[in-house]
Amino acid sequence: MKIIVCIKQVPDVTEVKWDENGSLIRTGLPSIINPNDKNAIEAALTLKEEKGAEITVVSMGPPQVEEALREAMAMGCDHAVLLTDRKFGGADCWATAYTLGMAIKKLGHFDLIFSGVEAMDGNTAQVGPEIADFLGLPLLSYAEAIEVGEGTVKIHQKLGDLTRVIEGPMPALITCEKELNVPRIPRMDLVFECFEKEIKVLGMADVDGELENFGLKGSPTRLRKVFSPKRAKAQVEFLEGTPKESSQKLVEKLHEINAI
Amino acid sequence: MEFAFTKEQLMFKKEVIRFAREKIVPRVAEHDRNHTFDFEAFHKMGEFGLLGLHFPEEYGGGGADVVTTVLAGEALGEAGVDGGLTLSYGAHSFLCADTLYCHGTDAQKTRFLPPLISGDKIGCMGLTEPNAGSDVSAMKTTALKKGDTYVLNGSKTFITNGPIADVALIYAKTDPEKAHDGISAFIVEKGTPGFEAGPPMDKLGCRSSQTSELFFSNCVIPAENLVGMEGLGFLMAMQTVEWDRSALLSPMVGGMNHALARSVTYAKGRKQFGRPIGKFYATKEKLAAMKIFAEAAKLLVYRIAWCKGQGKPLNHLEAAVAKLFVGDWLLGPSNDAVLLHGGYGYCHEYGMERIFRDGRLAPIGGGTSDVQKMIISKMI
Repeated sequence: MKIIVCIKQVPDVTEVKWDENGSLIRTGLPSIINPNDKNAIEAALTLKEEKGAEITVVSMGPPQVEEALREAMAMGCDHAVLLTDRKFGGADCWATAYTLGMAIKKLGHFDLIFSGVEAMDGNTAQVGPEIADFLGLPLLSYAEAIEVGEGTVKIHQKLGDLTRVIEGPMPALITCEKELNVPRIPRMDLVFECFEKEIKVLGMADVDGELENFGLKGSPTRLRKVFSPKRAKAQVEFLEGTPKESSQKLVEKLHEINAI
Repeated sequence: MEFAFTKEQLMFKKEVIRFAREKIVPRVAEHDRNHTFDFEAFHKMGEFGLLGLHFPEEYGGGGADVVTTVLAGEALGEAGVDGGLTLSYGAHSFLCADTLYCHGTDAQKTRFLPPLISGDKIGCMGLTEPNAGSDVSAMKTTALKKGDTYVLNGSKTFITNGPIADVALIYAKTDPEKAHDGISAFIVEKGTPGFEAGPPMDKLGCRSSQTSELFFSNCVIPAENLVGMEGLGFLMAMQTVEWDRSALLSPMVGGMNHALARSVTYAKGRKQFGRPIGKFYATKEKLAAMKIFAEAAKLLVYRIAWCKGQGKPLNHLEAAVAKLFVGDWLLGPSNDAVLLHGGYGYCHEYGMERIFRDGRLAPIGGGTSDVQKMIISKMI
């Protein structure tokens, strides 16, 4: 089985800092593999261990994305492809999906594509589905469990508090939820081995496609403003009385606001 | 001079920090409070490859170089792992296993190294005695040859991992008439008749590490348990000094960076008189002192590591300076970290007082600061 995993390198928002205007300060922020994408990597590695698979991890971004790809290889991915070109810069979801899709076409046969549900720095959850659309693949999104059969793949799809089981033919694209697994920490020896592996670097000329579909040019999204939403201050009301009385008052209050 | 770490080393450090934060740090406070050893964390360190980082792959090790091995200790400290666990790791991997690797026979290495490297067995090293601390030659424990056995009598004290060790590397006099030249090293396994460990000592810091006395009463071990040759024990013990002054000190460097990062976050969030306490000069001065210590200590510790990695003989002056600096100068900034956190710093929950307590071992264990001063003054 051949699996492609699409990953994104994102700023580590656990270390995030904001300036006085509420804007994200990106300078000096450490970069990490997007957490959902790590679930995607782990899903591919689990399948590799269970059924045997060859995994290629793909990412688009500046040259420093190499670090994320190496980490994916340290986790156990076999190959890595870096899509980097100044013309890819400023891409929105659509242009990113187009670029990844064109590159995946160049990589030859595959059975499954995994991606995270969404990136923690944008939260659009668009790129995975759009790649599926570009490539004409069945989309199995929000997977919190995956079962691969003979030529088919079944997932447990997370829909809020509900779970829906859906199945599709392979090849297919699956977007992975955090509930799917716990990503492994690479073993020490694999960390060092991953630096001996080659990373295939592809630019615009290598993936074909139309110039106007790449990067900022190919991005219909226009960013108008980034801001931190103001938090409304909640009112606190103390319910007096014995535990029984205050419980009764609480029930009445909840009825009043149609919460129960 | 090259001061930079390689890309590989930096990724490795990042992964060690992540491993430690996920698998070890959540239980650190509990083990420190209860004075218990974290066996689970220790086994996970073995699975991850930390316990045998620098040993050859044929024994299950990782084949890492010295600087990378020392970096792992720094990463553990930086992640917030307590001094007790890193001390146990140091005694196990460097004072016990490394000596077996450097001086043991093929049979000893094949038998003992794989389970020590995997963490299935725990090692300790017994050198210190009640009346033989830095003056090792004064040791009274004897190992007298009788046929194809040695008979051990005496006791050791302040032995890290003593109560939990499966394999003890014990230094004893095979020739009581001689001083340093009369010392030899032996493997003594847990359960050997005549060998007993005392109860864990109740310590100020490094509480998750188990420390005890070891007692030998007509303890008979096979002659094949002699490590190296008779009379070379003191030299073997001295060879561990390089690790002691690098790999065992680097967790303290990392620990200071951990305390610094926590202090910076606290100083930004804690407001008094209408502004973050980080805006006050007194706070800035404390943070700067922590950073200065961490940077200077790092350079001293990695100088020892780099020289060892290059195969250069240990410079005893540099080693003493590193040990003394970390031991004595750690007191100020770790105290500052407690003070900066105010009442919270004094409480167990915040972990600052633990860093302070753990650091109190640095000027005592592995050669006191006073002895380091003697070495430095003799060599300048």
